[in-house]
Amino acid sequence: MEDPNIDDGDQNRETEIAPALIAVHPAHQSVAVAVGSDLRVFNLQEGCAVTLGDGDDLDGKSSTNVHKDSIRAIRYGANNGTLFVSAGDDKLVKIWATTTWRCISTVVSEKKVSAVAIRSDGLFVCFADKFGVVYVVDTQGISGEQGSTNEKGIPILSHYCSIITSLEFSPDSRFIISADRDFKIRVSVFPKNPLDGAHEIQSFCLGHTEFVSCLAFVFGQDYPQGLLISGSGDSTVRLWDFTCGALLDTCAVGTEAGYLETDGKEGECRPAVTDLCATKDGSLVAVALQSLPGIMLLSCDISARTLSVLKVVSISEDPFIPTSLGSGSLKQFLWMVMGVSSLQGSDLACLARVRVLSGFSKSNIATLEEHKASLLDDKDIPGRELVLQKLQGTLSIEKEVLSSAAEAVKTAMRNLLIKKHYPVEKREYRKRGRNDRKNKQR
Amino acid sequence: MYVYMYVWHKFCSNPVQLLQRTCSKPGKRRRKRGRRIGKGSGNMMGHESNVNPTLSKSTGLPRKRFYRARAHSNPLSDSHFPVPVAPSQFDYSSHYPQISNDSKKIEFADIGCGFGGLLISLSTLFPATLMIGMELRDKVTEYVKERILALRTGNPGQYQNISVVRTNSMKYIPNYFEKGQLKKMFFLFPDPHFKEKNHRRRVISPYLLDEYAYALAVGGIIYTITDVEELGEWMKSCLERHPLFEPLTVQELEDDPVVKLLSTATEEGQKVARNGGQTYQAVYRRRTGPIE
Repeated sequence: MEDPNIDDGDQNRETEIAPALIAVHPAHQSVAVAVGSDLRVFNLQEGCAVTLGDGDDLDGKSSTNVHKDSIRAIRYGANNGTLFVSAGDDKLVKIWATTTWRCISTVVSEKKVSAVAIRSDGLFVCFADKFGVVYVVDTQGISGEQGSTNEKGIPILSHYCSIITSLEFSPDSRFIISADRDFKIRVSVFPKNPLDGAHEIQSFCLGHTEFVSCLAFVFGQDYPQGLLISGSGDSTVRLWDFTCGALLDTCAVGTEAGYLETDGKEGECRPAVTDLCATKDGSLVAVALQSLPGIMLLSCDISARTLSVLKVVSISEDPFIPTSLGSGSLKQFLWMVMGVSSLQGSDLACLARVRVLSGFSKSNIATLEEHKASLLDDKDIPGRELVLQKLQGTLSIEKEVLSSAAEAVKTAMRNLLIKKHYPVEKREYRKRGRNDRKNKQR
Repeated sequence: MYVYMYVWHKFCSNPVQLLQRTCSKPGKRRRKRGRRIGKGSGNMMGHESNVNPTLSKSTGLPRKRFYRARAHSNPLSDSHFPVPVAPSQFDYSSHYPQISNDSKKIEFADIGCGFGGLLISLSTLFPATLMIGMELRDKVTEYVKERILALRTGNPGQYQNISVVRTNSMKYIPNYFEKGQLKKMFFLFPDPHFKEKNHRRRVISPYLLDEYAYALAVGGIIYTITDVEELGEWMKSCLERHPLFEPLTVQELEDDPVVKLLSTATEEGQKVARNGGQTYQAVYRRRTGPIE
């Protein structure tokens, strides 16, 4: 009766890995990478590594270990970048002042945190947990004291028991947009007094057929309030008018990248979109695709409201599948990271590889062919080797380790968010062990 | 299957024992809706060899005992039944085959419709309105589907405006209805979920009301009723505190023909009435949000 394969769902959970994250200061002052529980920050202006000052332990021991479990979300404050927020599986949301890199507040969440957002004026920080609840923190109340840990978020809205994968304020701060693994994107009015809750739903953006993994905005003269783009596990990037929830365009990036749906029932061939990053003018969108070694650049025509594939920058010399993207609005650099929190058969606990793409902007649509996005050598990237030393933890990473990391990355997000289908036998087996059934048979 | 039947026999053959068992733990009261229907438990599979034994010989309607379901279904679990990607993809022609007007949309939704008693009463009361029942339990949905089909055959031209879907309304309301599409929403005798840990499974909750307010048109009405005092208070306080809902006046409640149906139309309501139980209702209207 006992089936040895019956519990592989639980084994998967044990070997679950957290993909590395990257965030770039909007004015390109610093760059942050999170791998596992490690938070690594490099000051690009002064060209030196940043020592994080946690409010809790001022004695300066192991300052990178500010989180006790995998970090799942990092972000700079949108406008001036004076705030930075990190959060993750240790149920802590840490708010940092980027001038001093001191933790000005630690908010305790009841559940694991999956996404964070900062309103552009920096007055409110929102975070979302794995049970679908979005909380708000008023940052005005905390700016005084340092490192107070008894802060609590106030719940404002909830997706019904669904992991929230991405959280964004609309560019004009009127709406808060939350995406979940039940294919939904919810646009809620962010009220004047958000502590009372965000009850008014502006729209739902519905169209994805798998979990929604990431959100980004593009702007144009026709749409000063911005349009929303979303990436998903269904291997598409979609363009939305989020004020009415209308789907404007769909770009099947998986098919465009050459991953044809040959084996439909397994679903393995549909690589999930892991991250999106748009240029300031919104004409160019970088897409990280699970299992694509490189990066895909989409061109977004805002007045025609279309998305189309511009080119694929492949990074093949050593396998590099970006797990997260970031860019500052002033410089034309796209920062990419590939990394995993833990890797089987490797002594490198938190592996990360950082690459930089230059020319991440599209000044002239006519010169499509001469588009000069190019991958920078390690010695040419801003901050040079020092930045890699800090963000990667080590300067050079062996090729085999990178390959195994790339393998692990391929399925990481999909495994995390996909709805698992259990075969009938497996479900029956689980039912047999159910408590109420046991009692009845006695 | 054998074990299941055996347990079921043991459980249901002695209703007194069943009552004692459920009452022995105050505060742990459970609702076993599916279990107590159908009195002829000894003849469960039926020996008649009719063409379709699941339909009653006298009325042509499906018989509940062939659609036995577990009383509870977990609303939190991942659902694998098909859900329309967006409201525009909802297949009206298969649900309402004789309604030719394409632009017509569903205006009433019975959330957790159970065996469909309310839908059937409303169907003749509002023959020009499209309505849908939403039910999570697969077999119960099958029953309602058969019941509607049988009613349509038995009464040509009638009951064309009602239908049922199997879905988790707590997750997928926005997939079925556009913003402001609904005029009335019904939540009749929902699962009480007594434990505080399980309050988030309640179908009326402060967060879910946001979604109901989204689906309801301004002026649309939400009807709730229960025979559990604790849940009645909970639903009332959730609605009372929500900024997008306001209560109906006493006069409005009296004038509304639907309010009378709340306690009489459904199977659950009839059961409560039979047992002389009290009911607690809360009827609220969707209003415009506070002006910013």
